[in-house]
Amino acid sequence: MSSVYLSHNNIVSALGCTSEEVVANISNERSGLKRIDDKRFLPEPFCASLMDAAVLNDAFERFSKKSDDYTRLEKMMIASLGEVIQQSNLSITERTGLIISTTKGNIDVLEKNSTFSKERSYLHALGKTIKDFFGFQNDAIVVSNACVSGILSVAVAKRYIDADMYDEVLIVGGDLVTRFILSGFSSFQALSDRPCMPYSKNRTGINIGEVAASVLVTSKKENLTSASVEVIGEGSCNDANHISGPSRTGEGLYRSVKSAMKDSGIAANKIDYISAHGTATPYNDEMEAIAFNRLGLNNTPLNSLKGYFGHTLGASGLVETIVGMHALKSNTLCASLGFDELGVSQPINVIEKTTSKKLNTFLKTASGFGGCNTAVIFQKVQHG
Amino acid sequence: MDKKEFYIKSYCTIENGVIALNGRPVFQDDEKDFLKFIKSAYKSLEIGYPKFYKMDALSKLSFIAADVLLDHEKVMPEDEKNIAIVFSNKASSLDTDRKHQASIEDEEGYGASPSVFVYTLPNICIGEISIKYKLYSENSFFIFDRFNAAHLHQYAESLLKTEKADEVLCGWVDVDGESYSAYIYLVSQKGEIQHKEEEIYRLYNN
Repeated sequence: MSSVYLSHNNIVSALGCTSEEVVANISNERSGLKRIDDKRFLPEPFCASLMDAAVLNDAFERFSKKSDDYTRLEKMMIASLGEVIQQSNLSITERTGLIISTTKGNIDVLEKNSTFSKERSYLHALGKTIKDFFGFQNDAIVVSNACVSGILSVAVAKRYIDADMYDEVLIVGGDLVTRFILSGFSSFQALSDRPCMPYSKNRTGINIGEVAASVLVTSKKENLTSASVEVIGEGSCNDANHISGPSRTGEGLYRSVKSAMKDSGIAANKIDYISAHGTATPYNDEMEAIAFNRLGLNNTPLNSLKGYFGHTLGASGLVETIVGMHALKSNTLCASLGFDELGVSQPINVIEKTTSKKLNTFLKTASGFGGCNTAVIFQKVQHG
Repeated sequence: MDKKEFYIKSYCTIENGVIALNGRPVFQDDEKDFLKFIKSAYKSLEIGYPKFYKMDALSKLSFIAADVLLDHEKVMPEDEKNIAIVFSNKASSLDTDRKHQASIEDEEGYGASPSVFVYTLPNICIGEISIKYKLYSENSFFIFDRFNAAHLHQYAESLLKTEKADEVLCGWVDVDGESYSAYIYLVSQKGEIQHKEEEIYRLYNN
């Protein structure tokens, strides 16, 4: 098996339309979250990270003028993936794979005022739109596995390359803030009208956000960037416990990280930083704290990026991985925005202030409805 | 390690009012309504798992198919077997998504129900199976416009060869309005049918 790397990447979000711009905003502890009072979304105010329509159109129009032909999510995905393809100068061949990571895709076309055909709500139709736009020769593979989709896609891409199915895979992940999603989380009493506070005693619930994020996964060392990382281990395990609540013992997450560590051949003390899930619900945060303690990762610096983007669902694992890549490159531990006082029963080392530290590896984790968990370990590429 | 050969140990299909295990019907009913059909299957097969009643249509379909197969294979929760689950379909969870959307169309928007919303993700059905059989294993859900044996074959082989899983429960589980179909199969180191794309299609088209 040859090494597999994450290379060129992009984030289209409320914090900017390039990874560099987004990462710069995060380094300055600037959040994309805003309080929104808009009855089209929800009867009561809520806090979310929304993509500005004009900014999105500008980003999209770099690649196409046919703005009216594409849904909002398609435009975000095209703007994001287009940027990666352009940056990397990649020519798409029969050995290039395409993965779409999303939970709900174009779910907004189900709204009664939508001008798009209801057929657009099928995720394979979204895959075909992206495939056709960029002229991929292979059909898109759509990964829809709740909130682990984004990070699971990285593991899936690595396996395709390991199995010699593709030379490189482009992943684009995206999900929208919609009435569909907001009303659902609101029915769980889980939404906060203030910026979320992962792992904090004073947490008030989650925020939803929207982003599209893309990355080139490749085994070719000649197409790497200065922020490239190698994927050194991955694991996914179910909690086998509950469909909408995480395991009290963190079983699935514990097993996922164990599996990823075994894969990578590195021990817990060689992980320099954890980009955790941290949705800011008491059950999730507590579950993670228990799992990380069982793994001996309680002293490892950890953050949740939900305070910057909100929970971006099927894109979250991917966008948070990209931020992690840039953190490794700049040797920076970014503050876990919204954290004040520890609100979990087990000790964890939440990053309170953005600081410099030599970083070589990081662990990305995610957990989701259905009891799914995924962990992937990345290592800095030593440039010669 | 690439030399290892894998086999399809068992398969189960649910289509047109028939539930079949390894090609032999285990339940039949002319009932056209899927929810009525699957409920009478649940009773007739004496599954005895009350959580079944709260599941959405996709989870009911997937759960019954998996239960028929895993019960036949004598998989017991206490064994905590490392059986990965890799499912796919065309309609994702759209059947339930439309119900949730209909409940929030009014101006007030307070009609959403958590028990419906939780099923607006396709992988929930894998969670239901994992809970009953205590499968702490890998699970993934993929969406394709049609049954894609090549992809499932490749993915299962990769999980087995890298020893991420001892066995893989693969397949297609789709519910879209009135139409439904399930075809799942267990890939293992033992069995009679070779784990090959042609065989996966052959059993699917039977």
